[in-house]
Amino acid sequence: MTRQDPIGKQELKVVGTRPVRPDGADKVTGKAVYGADFYLPGMLRGAILRSPHAHARILSIDTRKAEALPGVKAVATNADFPRVEMAEIDAGEAGINVDRAAQMCLARDKVVYEGQPVVAVAATSPEIAAAALDLIEVQYEVLPHVIEIDDALRADAPLLHDDLMPAEAPSNVGARLEAKSGDPDAALAQADVVAGGRYTTQAVHQGYIEPQACIASVSADGQAQIWCSSQGAFMVRSVAAAITGMNLADLRVTPLEIGGGFGGKTTVYLEPVALILSRKSGRPVKMVLSRDEVFRSTGPGPGAIIEVRIGATRDGILTGAIVDLKYQVGAFPGAGCGAGVMHALGAYRIANKRVTGCDVVSNMPSSHAYRAPSAPQAEFAVECAIDDIARQLGMDPIALREKNAVKPGDASFSGAPLGPIAFLETLAAAKVHPHYSAPLAPEHGRGIAAGWWVNHGGESTAMVSINEDGSAVVATGNPDIGGSRASMAMMAAEVLAVPMEKVRPIVADTASIGFSMLTGGSRTTFATGKAVVEAAQDVVEQLKSRAAMIWGVDAAQVAWVDGEARCLEGDEEPLAIKDIAARMGKTGGPISAEKSVHPHDAMPTYAVHICDVELDRETGHIRVAHYTAVQDVGRAIHPSYVEGQAQGGAVQGIGWALNEAYAFNKAGGVDNPGFLDYRMPVASDLPMIDTVLVEVPHPNHPFGVKGVGEVPIVPPLAAVANAVSAAAGKRFLDLPLTPARVHAVLNSAG
Amino acid sequence: MSKQHIHATVNGDPVDFLCEPTTSLLNALRDELRLTGSKEGCGSGDCGACSVMLDGKLVCSCLVLAPEIEGRRVETVEGLAQDGQLHPLQQKFLDYGALQCGFCTPGVLVAAKALLDRTVEPTEEEARYWLAGNLCRCTGYDKIIRAVLDTAAELRQERVSA
Amino acid sequence: MSYHSPTSINEAVALLASRDDARPMSGGTDLLVQMRSGRIRPGAIIDIKGLERATGSRRADGGFVIGAATPCTDLLLDEALCAAWPGVVEAANLIGSVQVRNRATIGGNLCNASPAADSVPALIAADARCVVAGPGGERSVPVADLLAGPGRTTLGKGEFVLEILLPARQPRSGDAYLRSIPRTEMDIAVVGAGVDLSCDVDGVCMAARVALGAVAPTALLVPDAGAALIGTRLEESALDAMGEAVKAACRPIDDKRGTIDYRIAMSAVYARRATAIAYQRAREAV
Repeated sequence: MTRQDPIGKQELKVVGTRPVRPDGADKVTGKAVYGADFYLPGMLRGAILRSPHAHARILSIDTRKAEALPGVKAVATNADFPRVEMAEIDAGEAGINVDRAAQMCLARDKVVYEGQPVVAVAATSPEIAAAALDLIEVQYEVLPHVIEIDDALRADAPLLHDDLMPAEAPSNVGARLEAKSGDPDAALAQADVVAGGRYTTQAVHQGYIEPQACIASVSADGQAQIWCSSQGAFMVRSVAAAITGMNLADLRVTPLEIGGGFGGKTTVYLEPVALILSRKSGRPVKMVLSRDEVFRSTGPGPGAIIEVRIGATRDGILTGAIVDLKYQVGAFPGAGCGAGVMHALGAYRIANKRVTGCDVVSNMPSSHAYRAPSAPQAEFAVECAIDDIARQLGMDPIALREKNAVKPGDASFSGAPLGPIAFLETLAAAKVHPHYSAPLAPEHGRGIAAGWWVNHGGESTAMVSINEDGSAVVATGNPDIGGSRASMAMMAAEVLAVPMEKVRPIVADTASIGFSMLTGGSRTTFATGKAVVEAAQDVVEQLKSRAAMIWGVDAAQVAWVDGEARCLEGDEEPLAIKDIAARMGKTGGPISAEKSVHPHDAMPTYAVHICDVELDRETGHIRVAHYTAVQDVGRAIHPSYVEGQAQGGAVQGIGWALNEAYAFNKAGGVDNPGFLDYRMPVASDLPMIDTVLVEVPHPNHPFGVKGVGEVPIVPPLAAVANAVSAAAGKRFLDLPLTPARVHAVLNSAG
Repeated sequence: MSKQHIHATVNGDPVDFLCEPTTSLLNALRDELRLTGSKEGCGSGDCGACSVMLDGKLVCSCLVLAPEIEGRRVETVEGLAQDGQLHPLQQKFLDYGALQCGFCTPGVLVAAKALLDRTVEPTEEEARYWLAGNLCRCTGYDKIIRAVLDTAAELRQERVSA
Repeated sequence: MSYHSPTSINEAVALLASRDDARPMSGGTDLLVQMRSGRIRPGAIIDIKGLERATGSRRADGGFVIGAATPCTDLLLDEALCAAWPGVVEAANLIGSVQVRNRATIGGNLCNASPAADSVPALIAADARCVVAGPGGERSVPVADLLAGPGRTTLGKGEFVLEILLPARQPRSGDAYLRSIPRTEMDIAVVGAGVDLSCDVDGVCMAARVALGAVAPTALLVPDAGAALIGTRLEESALDAMGEAVKAACRPIDDKRGTIDYRIAMSAVYARRATAIAYQRAREAV
């Protein structure tokens, strides 16, 4: 269900409709080519030998027997990568430290998590590659390991690195941040009510169903191609070239279809290794991770300890807040506290506040971006504390938030004033939704929570060109992870004023389009969309000037309406796009435009979720009975795909709240590296996820688009926890709310 | 390790291929027959992305050994559309936007078709429990279930008017 | 590694006995996962699905004979079996997903010997036996006696389970199986409770067997729990006593699926709930 803002409404023919996606037929017939579906003649299969230890020094590696096995064509270790000084490559929401990324592809002198790659082989069959791994001998000096935040922070904790924060004595802290204003201690001391607690969340995986996969092919002259599943072909090119020491110009990366990313595929684990193996063997090399390897060696979202105290007046004005965030970022500092510190309190006007954060390393896979990275953990605790305040004041939880919500013109985290944000509109839409006032059955509890995400702009390039028959191609450099190519075609079609079927969107490779930052950060429909619109507008101007030429009139006399040029003076017959296209060669040649953008004006977006749960007090089971996701979207180019983002993000958050968590065995290895015991929601766990799209258009995007992909994962953690707390009459502080945990809390004193 | 020569019927066509005895049906379909519509999401029967029909029964092809299909009948997602015409389920999935990345979609379609072959009157709960073996991380299942239930309704209509 | 699909019992036994690392294969839903993870590396796989007696279910001697390699979903098609032993059939049809159940078998579930296997507590409560074929011929063994420990059976070299036998049903009998899992499907049982009981025409319980899964190295019968129900009409005091007996029998571990405390507490909860269902079925049965 989409609510239109009457003021921002434009007369649109394509944008806002729900056409079938252009890549849909191939996806429902099994024809679409994902990373593992790609085959090249002479292709070898790669395999990786991984550390069995959570923390160890590598003393020696002997690959001679493996190299001698018939069918083995190449072997690679970190020694095959040139040593890179710790350069960082901008990869959208986070920078990628090249040296650390190289070690996550192949370990150097130490292994710092169980499952870290140590040696790679390429062989003529997967069976031979696996047999080759058994023949490799690695000598380790096992070191004590540490997993939990509190353990890693102890004075006597084993240290993973000695160079994390050069200004400090060596420790397991990788970063420290603080943001403050006013006097929060005084404000809390004077507050009429204070709420807070020590909240915890566990490491969670993005859970994409498609494991990482790539094929690399290096030619004898050093030129190379990569086909891969990734959120960003340009990022793959930059990072793989940097890690392997290749020239950027010699590497061409083609993104294949991607089976889910959610941030987890915004770095590389396989491509540099496949390049080395291909260079050494002279043949293409395919590498695909198993599900076990995905869990043991690719970046989860970090676990966290969040200590929060919030104070309010008895009228419900939030006057002070103190939040401390500790993130379990894994073996190398990864997606950490920065975004958490920024987002923790950012939805509310609180004059006195202090937010501190730190990244704590420990011997588990290095965390990486997961949909609104680091914000869900921080906002979870804040939203639960606010729920407590509402409870203490006897105040409606939405009304309390309305009193304190940030408004247009308020200062953002950077100090600049916020534009026409729509938090209040989103809260209002939730308040009047029938779900909010529906009666509650016995043993049911209702919780609400809000959330926000900053959203990104970023560099994007788009190309629009006209074919001889008047149809159009729109090419961008952004892999399609959620239906964006449909939206690109729709926006181009809207500008060209032609039916969407006349516009073919393609996702181009790195050699065929100008630079684009990866798909992530909720930026693609916004920023790449801007590039598409600018390119399409340029093409329209060219079409008009060709018509002017044909008619012998001034270009200012030509209007573009409904896909045709109309002469404003005289009685010329309109020229349809196909008529102009047919004469392109005679009127000046091909008609196309490529535009690059780098917008800095992405707007934050907000979401409010309403969750009803049913609690089985005897067993601690929680059933999500009713769920509504209200989200501020700017403008939904394709409402089905925007609804899909809201629903998918909500369900990931529900999983995070109820059952998902990494478990570790005594040796420090991941104990649940599979979908059996890493428990993501299944279809029978859930009700329908009702969605409401609130449209307050972005003033500077041609169609009013704001980012929608990430914010929906933020509210569910607290929405579910608040609902469970309401049903149980007790506050729950620790996620996930497994039945065993809920049962323990219900049966504990106090 | 010596290979076995397997003969079977896949999507109505006779096929044969060589494979190691330990090769799964999934890998045989993908690597030997180049039917890459069935996907590996986990290799352990927990995600359903590899779902196929074996002699008319819905199974995870990662849990079947290729030699077991000797003389038997396999149907994959590639066989759902007939003569270029999409099955109603496939069309409904497109109409509803019941896929985002599309990786789980082949397995979900095969499983959903198996459900609708049994009954055209599934309740929402029945559909959800039937599809519990098919993990989707993108959609939250909402549009998938709506598409399946609406296809069932359409099939019921067709039977009424037939 | 070689794959064999014998068509006679003798052939199957000979193949299994021919090497130490030969493994029988039934549905394959545990075997293939363990091969894939490297936990087991069989030298030969002996697929018993081609043996006539290993698939299908039929009445015999008043009871039922179920081929050990019968897919769980096929059991749903045997109306008489579903009417007589709904708990056993339900237990088998909680395993995994539809995809898994179309291949998984109670023979395989039993011989995989996971302490949390779903069909086993129901089979033990039903006092099921299994027919073991081997170099020494065939022998019949109570299901519980097949279990040696987590992942281990008492089967000797060359032996495999051919059939599961369910006894003749007493009048006014019913069985049920329930399990505790974190989600609604797809999980391994945190606790499993199988209950079978008979009552007289007045609803007084005359016989009862209560078995637990996932709370000890093997699934186990809890004689004291059944005894607490006999002679009662399942009043609160009887159910409490049964619950205490069940809790006392638990020797669970803390692992990634559950804690000791939770398993002990839930053993009583699920045994009670399964008992209520079994009792209702018994009272409604002929």
